[in-house]
Amino acid sequence: MKNPYLPYPVRIDEIVTETEDKNLRTFKFVFLNPGDQKEFVYQAGQFAELSIAGKGEIPIGIASSPTEKGFLSFTVNRVGQVTTHLHSMKVNDTMGVRGPLGNAYPWEILEGKNIVIIGGGFAFTTLRSSIVYMLDPKNRSKFKDIHVIYGARTPGMLLYRNEVAQWEKRKDIHMHITVDVTDDPDWAYNVGFVPTITEQKAPAGDDDTYAIVCGPPIMIKFTQPILDDLGYAQDHIIMSLENRMKCGIGMCGRCNIGKEFVCKDGPVFTLAQLTDLPKEY
Amino acid sequence: MAPVMKFIRIDKENWERDLQKLRRSFRLIGPVKADQDCLFKTLGEGEFPDFNFLNTRLSLKSLVLPQSENMFEYSLDQSREDCHILKEVKRNPTQCVVFGIRPCDAFAFLLVKPNFDTPEHEDPYWKQAYGAITLVGLACDTPCSTCFCTSAGCGPYHEEGLDVLLVPADDHYLAKAITEKGKHLLKAVDWDTETAPGVAEKEIEARRLAAEKRITSFISTDHLKEKVTIDLYDAPFWEDVAFSCINCGICTYVCPTCWCFDIQDETRGKSGRRMRNWDSCMYPLFTLHASGHNPRGMKIQRVRQRFMHKLKYYVDKYNNGIQCVGCGRCIRLCPVNIDIRRVGELMNNYKPIA
Ligand SMILES: Cc1cc2nc3c(=O)[nH]c(=O)nc-3n(C[C@H](O)[C@H](O)[C@H](O)COP(=O)(O)OP(=O)(O)OC[C@H]3O[C@@H](n4cnc5c(N)ncnc54)[C@H](O)[C@@H]3O)c2cc1C
Ligand code: SF4
Ligand code: SF4
Ligand code: FES
Repeated sequence: MKNPYLPYPVRIDEIVTETEDKNLRTFKFVFLNPGDQKEFVYQAGQFAELSIAGKGEIPIGIASSPTEKGFLSFTVNRVGQVTTHLHSMKVNDTMGVRGPLGNAYPWEILEGKNIVIIGGGFAFTTLRSSIVYMLDPKNRSKFKDIHVIYGARTPGMLLYRNEVAQWEKRKDIHMHITVDVTDDPDWAYNVGFVPTITEQKAPAGDDDTYAIVCGPPIMIKFTQPILDDLGYAQDHIIMSLENRMKCGIGMCGRCNIGKEFVCKDGPVFTLAQLTDLPKEY
Repeated sequence: MAPVMKFIRIDKENWERDLQKLRRSFRLIGPVKADQDCLFKTLGEGEFPDFNFLNTRLSLKSLVLPQSENMFEYSLDQSREDCHILKEVKRNPTQCVVFGIRPCDAFAFLLVKPNFDTPEHEDPYWKQAYGAITLVGLACDTPCSTCFCTSAGCGPYHEEGLDVLLVPADDHYLAKAITEKGKHLLKAVDWDTETAPGVAEKEIEARRLAAEKRITSFISTDHLKEKVTIDLYDAPFWEDVAFSCINCGICTYVCPTCWCFDIQDETRGKSGRRMRNWDSCMYPLFTLHASGHNPRGMKIQRVRQRFMHKLKYYVDKYNNGIQCVGCGRCIRLCPVNIDIRRVGELMNNYKPIA
């Protein structure tokens, strides 16, 4: 078995500044050894450790979709030591990627269902991966209705703005973009917090409808009762957690909630699973 | 019927000569006196294991999970082709034989194994180091008052986890190979004087029973499995359990079954290494998010994590008993006398108020 701590060497192929505050950047990586790409088989919802020699490693959700070949992309918020260093790196710099890690959204269960994606802030990364995956011509017919409720503080804080605008125009996906506030008179979409828009726009819950919810704790806290009211069962609400991580493979011991390791048994859990576990996230 | 394992007689007068012979092909590790304590260390030329001890202050976990260990090396020299690319460090752990490990400490490796050797991933550092040791265990006739191995899944003559069980007698040792590795070791030293069938077995059995009777302290675990995690987690007693804890982390460092670690990069000039170091759930930094949020920011949450992990999460996850072998180190060395036996009692007997 191979050393699970050894990152694949990658080259930064492109860096895109996503938000007006410049704190969020999307990094596109290409594998240095072409064989490594074949080994890196992932599904939407998984994450990887981005590894910078001398600085350390950070767990980041994979923002590219498995249907996009030839590269991996990650959107990184600048907060601490490793993320700040990453933001100072340039195209063509060499670093490492270790993964894929964790479980994905439960795609076998989601096939044939209505999917409601609810995202807030920069937790939209693996949701982007999921949307691109579902909209792929080979996959779209596997899903029924797709709704996306995506909110940011201001229009300038929305990630993937060009793509989101493209999705808005499509008939096979119902987009509900929202911002907390805006003074832009041309803003053509919703204004209001994600829970409010969810209440107004999300379809009612039933056996055939699953919600995937990712966002800051405050958004999750207020969205949950609304989904309850809309009739979503706890095992039809899917969430992705973040805890401090090091190993990413269930060995270093820090990311657990109860007996589950967020890195290995998660990061994707249903709300039903989480209600039986301590709220240590 | 499985062949009966024979006891081999090793005369004490040949002991040093025999170990000397072994030293040619193995690194020998054994207990030696240091200050008032006994520690395991590599036995140099002319040094022999000192079996006159109760238990060592530290367990042997560092042999397999060193306190600090190199994982990778890297160069930050831009003129080099492999700049910024992590390289595996050369690892060929020398085969070593440990003399005098207590059966509880050897059993601890088996409790830790399912963490590092899983169907999905293998930790190559742990696995190679564990594979390179042969454990010759010393049967334990003189327990401490804090020992509770018999209620923690093992015991003073426990064989699981050992390669050879060694029982001291007046002018000789009786040795029993438990594993193939153990047999191989006995052969390597030509330890092959079989005792008369039945006699040694009876004597050892009687000594085992007597040794087990000397263990007079216990942990209660029989109801842990059926308890509801959230009930135990929300139990009111944690406040009291955690009250005096100073979060020094000693309990976790001295524990043979605690395995948590951190990964850090260390750079000197243009080269460096990625290494792993022991870490502890007793420290707030263990779980601190970059945002400042901390799921276990309070002492009570960390103390609860330690006991819940050992006595509930592990029990539920691996179906392999508790994550404790009853060595008593955490009890003896805790500066404020926090006692896992008492906490086990609280957890095992807890009934949530309906
Ligand atoms: C499954 C998962 C997916 C994530 N996806 C994204 C994403 O798509 N985009 C994004 O910007 N951020 C994401 N995060 C959060 C991101 O990992 C942290 O912001 C990042 O580790 C901070 O590292 P730092 O070195 O800059 O901060 P420092 O505070 O300097 O942290 C030091 C080290 O602690 C660990 N650490 C600190 N905070 C966290 C945290 N919240 N989660 C995990 N480890 C942490 C890391 O090992 C880090 O290197 C994700 C976290 C997880 C667990
Ligand atoms: S040794 Fe005692 S005081 Fe120190 S962290 Fe452990 S329980 Fe707390
Ligand atoms: S928890 Fe305490 S008694 Fe149990 S194995 Fe660890 S140090 Fe020994
Ligand atoms: S990050 Fe190490 S156990 Fe989850």
